[in-house]
Amino acid sequence: MAGRTLYDKLWDDHVVHADADGTTLLYIDRHLVHEVTSPQAFEGLRLAGRRPWRTDSLLAVPDHNVPTTDRAGGIADAIARVQVEALDTNCAAYGITEFAMCDPRQGIVHVIGPEQGFTLPGMTIVCGDSHTSTHGAVGALALGIGTSDVEHVLATQSLVLKKSRNLLVQVEGTLGHGVTAKDLALAVIGEIGTAGATGHTIEFAGEAVRALSVEGRMTLCNMAIEAGARSGLVAVDERTIEYLRDRPLAPKGALWDRAVRAWPALHSDPDAVFDRVVHLDAGVLRPQVSWGTSPEMVVAVDGRVPDPQAEEDPVRREGMRRALRYMGLEPGTPITEIRPDKVFIGSCTNSRIEDLRAAAALVRGRRLAPGVRRALVVPGSGLVKRQAEAEGLDRVFRDAGFEWREPGCSMCLGMNPDRLEPGERCASTSNRNFEGRQGPGGRTHLVGPAMAAAAAIHGHFVDVREFD
Amino acid sequence: MEKFETFTGPVAALDRANVDTDAIIPKQFLKSIRRTGFGPYLFDEWRYLDHGEPGMDCAARPRNPDFILNLPRYRGAQILLARDNFGCGSSREHAVWALSDYGFRVVIAPSFADIFFNNCFKNGVPPITLPGAVVDRLFREVGAREGYRLTVDLRAQVLVTPEGEAIAFEIDPFRRHCLLEGLDEIGLSLRRAEEIRAYESRRRDETPWLFPERCGG
Ligand code: SF4
Repeated sequence: MAGRTLYDKLWDDHVVHADADGTTLLYIDRHLVHEVTSPQAFEGLRLAGRRPWRTDSLLAVPDHNVPTTDRAGGIADAIARVQVEALDTNCAAYGITEFAMCDPRQGIVHVIGPEQGFTLPGMTIVCGDSHTSTHGAVGALALGIGTSDVEHVLATQSLVLKKSRNLLVQVEGTLGHGVTAKDLALAVIGEIGTAGATGHTIEFAGEAVRALSVEGRMTLCNMAIEAGARSGLVAVDERTIEYLRDRPLAPKGALWDRAVRAWPALHSDPDAVFDRVVHLDAGVLRPQVSWGTSPEMVVAVDGRVPDPQAEEDPVRREGMRRALRYMGLEPGTPITEIRPDKVFIGSCTNSRIEDLRAAAALVRGRRLAPGVRRALVVPGSGLVKRQAEAEGLDRVFRDAGFEWREPGCSMCLGMNPDRLEPGERCASTSNRNFEGRQGPGGRTHLVGPAMAAAAAIHGHFVDVREFD
Repeated sequence: MEKFETFTGPVAALDRANVDTDAIIPKQFLKSIRRTGFGPYLFDEWRYLDHGEPGMDCAARPRNPDFILNLPRYRGAQILLARDNFGCGSSREHAVWALSDYGFRVVIAPSFADIFFNNCFKNGVPPITLPGAVVDRLFREVGAREGYRLTVDLRAQVLVTPEGEAIAFEIDPFRRHCLLEGLDEIGLSLRRAEEIRAYESRRRDETPWLFPERCGG
């Protein structure tokens, strides 16, 4: 028998039933729930007279809609409040563990899963959120799902799926100084396009991926969805195990020992066959900046805004023209001449402690550039926030003129009051630069945390490799 | 879910690739805890000239005269013809709820993003994938003739043009079956409850660390 990929193994381990045509009932080990995509699922469950199959597989947290300013007074936005209260009520009704808005462990759902050790290697994990792919960084099969499937998993602890194809993104060489997992993620998407991995599960492998911290691997897997893949994966290694050791919800004692003996098998066999392989050389990568309204519209920081006239495909050319109009950019403009009005450091892509450290390193002892109206740092969780404060990072940011906020999705999607005004330009560590994503008419440039911090200090994009 | 067998309706052509779910239904409308009422806000930022908020009376809002759904020729459209990678981005099922609430019964494109594609089936809105060249041709035909209508025959797996030409399409047999019969997928899966329990008890023995008493607390 030919070797199996990591995805093949995870899949095979979870098949409850498979039909001849490949339609499969796949068992789901863990289910993360947040306030925006769950109320209709709980409602559906109630209407059908059903109950959650396994409440101990669930962990709920409000993150999308919560304010990131002081929470003592509750949520001012009445509609958002109703939604967060609906989550509280549903969790209470079914006995589901919830890290409620004021719980010190509250945070972005994809940050707290791995942080708590709720996400473990070898499991299937779902959430009604496309960035669930993040959790694949520890060798779990993680799938973003819609609300109907949230209800399906609540009711049946399983999903009806067909297996996707295997795509290997092999990144050899070493990332240069100042080049991060975010740059790698953007470069992969730039290379294969936002639909490049549709219908595939991506496994990220190679020397450069193994060299990433588990947090860095999360950044990479987080953006697999931006390349069209529902799941991203990284094989389990020593780093994964060290990362998970002693996490609050990770197994303990003898159970931990058993798990640790099983986990090293979670990698692709040497003779595994992938449907597609993409090779990248980490050594030549430079810090990336997106210029358009799709995450595939990226260039290196020392590049220029591209010219649609050079594009041969008419649909793509028109897409580029529209993006440039929306972004208010001229072809040929050097990236380093673009000046953000706001800076956002946060989101499930880049709000973990190492992201905040990387940003703080560039900010220390400096001030926001006069042209930058506002700069937000939004830690990914209460625990990240506390850790950063213990290290004095909050002071570094505050002294420089940044705002230091409570954890949540914040200006990644602007469902809460943190958003861009029409026409405002933002250097953002989030994952989507779609039209209106950070606020109607807002213009997003996706970058890594150090690049965002450097843009805040200099007032325009700069190549971090020249400044830190 | 309502049954879907065959449907004939007017087509609107949205000539953009990579239309994301943020564009289909912007985030401010996701605060609703209901499944209905999203239609007036479908493509809100493209469709209206002002900024939309939940609960607004859309009849009074200034419309963007250039956006396709505001063109008189596409009034009452029920089939949406789109480009590659339609529905990319966020998993929000609200995107399908908005399309459906607006009146779209079918979406046709050369390719769809995975989660959106899946969400469509769950709501009785078949996403139909056709080769790029065929979609190109449909764009030309829709553009050339006002009131262009297509028939979608799910049982026969064909689209029928106004000239009576049949264009075959592929669709997953299980999904097609669910649509034709209007099946409740959860009910179907629960018929396998015994198998799920058997799997569960086997896994409890093999990987007990995945089955904590309670995960949090
Ligand atoms: S931080 Fe942004 S991308 Fe991540 S879960 Fe929240 S809204 Fe989604």
